[in-house]
Amino acid sequence: MKPELDATPRLAPGVRLNESTQQPRMLLMPERVLRLNRSSLEIVLRCDGKNTVRQIADDLHRLYSTAELQRITDDIVEYLALLHTQRAIDF
Amino acid sequence: MSTNFTPLALVAELTHRCPLHCVYCSNPLELAKRDAELPTQTWARVFREAAALGVLQVDFTGGEPLARTDIVELVRAARLAGLYVSLISSGLPLDERKLAALVDAGLDHFQLSFQGATEATGRAISDTNSYPHKLLVLSWLKQHRIGVTLNFVIHRQNIHELDAMLALVEQHRPGCVEFASVQYYGWALANRAALLPTREQLDHCVSTIHRAEERLKGTTRFVFVVPDYYAKYPKPCVGGWGRKLMLIDPNGTALPCHAANVIPGLQFENVKEKCLLDIWQTSSAFRKFRGEDWMQEPCKSCDRRHQDFAGCRCQAFLLTGDPAAIDPVCSLAPTRSRVDAILADIHLRVPACPEEKTEWVYRPNPG
Repeated sequence: MKPELDATPRLAPGVRLNESTQQPRMLLMPERVLRLNRSSLEIVLRCDGKNTVRQIADDLHRLYSTAELQRITDDIVEYLALLHTQRAIDF
Repeated sequence: MSTNFTPLALVAELTHRCPLHCVYCSNPLELAKRDAELPTQTWARVFREAAALGVLQVDFTGGEPLARTDIVELVRAARLAGLYVSLISSGLPLDERKLAALVDAGLDHFQLSFQGATEATGRAISDTNSYPHKLLVLSWLKQHRIGVTLNFVIHRQNIHELDAMLALVEQHRPGCVEFASVQYYGWALANRAALLPTREQLDHCVSTIHRAEERLKGTTRFVFVVPDYYAKYPKPCVGGWGRKLMLIDPNGTALPCHAANVIPGLQFENVKEKCLLDIWQTSSAFRKFRGEDWMQEPCKSCDRRHQDFAGCRCQAFLLTGDPAAIDPVCSLAPTRSRVDAILADIHLRVPACPEEKTEWVYRPNPG
């Protein structure tokens, strides 16, 4: 399921990042872990139940300004849908 | 001798004591006694050493981990060490205050086991009346923001309750549900004749579970552990021997998997004498089937060896007498006929109805 642009994703119960001192950064979940690359970490860090998908896309656009906003938004929506199916986030 | 493999998970078998007596218990037939159990401080050191070694998650299991009176301290110590903490539990003994204390101490995930979807089946499997209490635990769990997995162990004596199990899942909508077919080691092997489902039961079960999985997509993640006697290829047991997982039993013995001590001739180390890093790298038991050099044909030249690591060493030993042989459940195994013979024998038996008194051995409590 894809999130609406004004949805406010947050980590699902039982899901958290490992400590910031631990490398590489990973999402810890029941019985498994999800490895995060630089941009997926930036997205997950913003899944706090306050940021909307639109705000997350704006932030990431500022960080990686070489890509178009629409393209970044589409990618983020896809990634959040994947995390939702994996039961890593709720929205 | 060092290794390039890093353990990701530590299974902490805290005790073999348990209020339930499940006929498929995966604990060894020789159970660890209470007075031999590791003290709190030794476990705390093990958790720190595990995190330093690269372990990310610890599974508290048993027996029943809640039987340890220091369980809250143990959760706190593991979380302080930087580990993700799961409790694999029957839900007994537990009350609301104890659960709140566990969550406060940093518990990340609670896996609650169910023996069936009715009181009668629960009692028949575990020789304990625990089902009503489990439903209470399930309602308490909803008051906390932690991961919840419902675990149903599936076999011939409860597979007919699958619809009722799924109704429980749909009602409570946990983050994850696990339908784990019994694997035949320990007490389950002793009771195998009463537990193996028929092929027809299994096929019905798989299609029913897949339909439910589609219905609950995005709500509950489904995990289905196949009964490997019916599989075409073996399971990648523990992610490969000595590659990803380390188990510490109640006495502190470090094992590559929960059944490893059935294999004769292996020398195991104990965390009371050595640190985890040393054990992981040098223990002869961990090195015995690590990598691929020990493999025999047909595994040695089979492309699937990178996927399933030749299957389960304990199963190979239990069914063929040779722990380095190909797992006999594999369709490419010359010994596959032994598994087929076991299945053929099951097909001749009428599936037992739940009211019928089944002849089997309940797992007792250690002294």
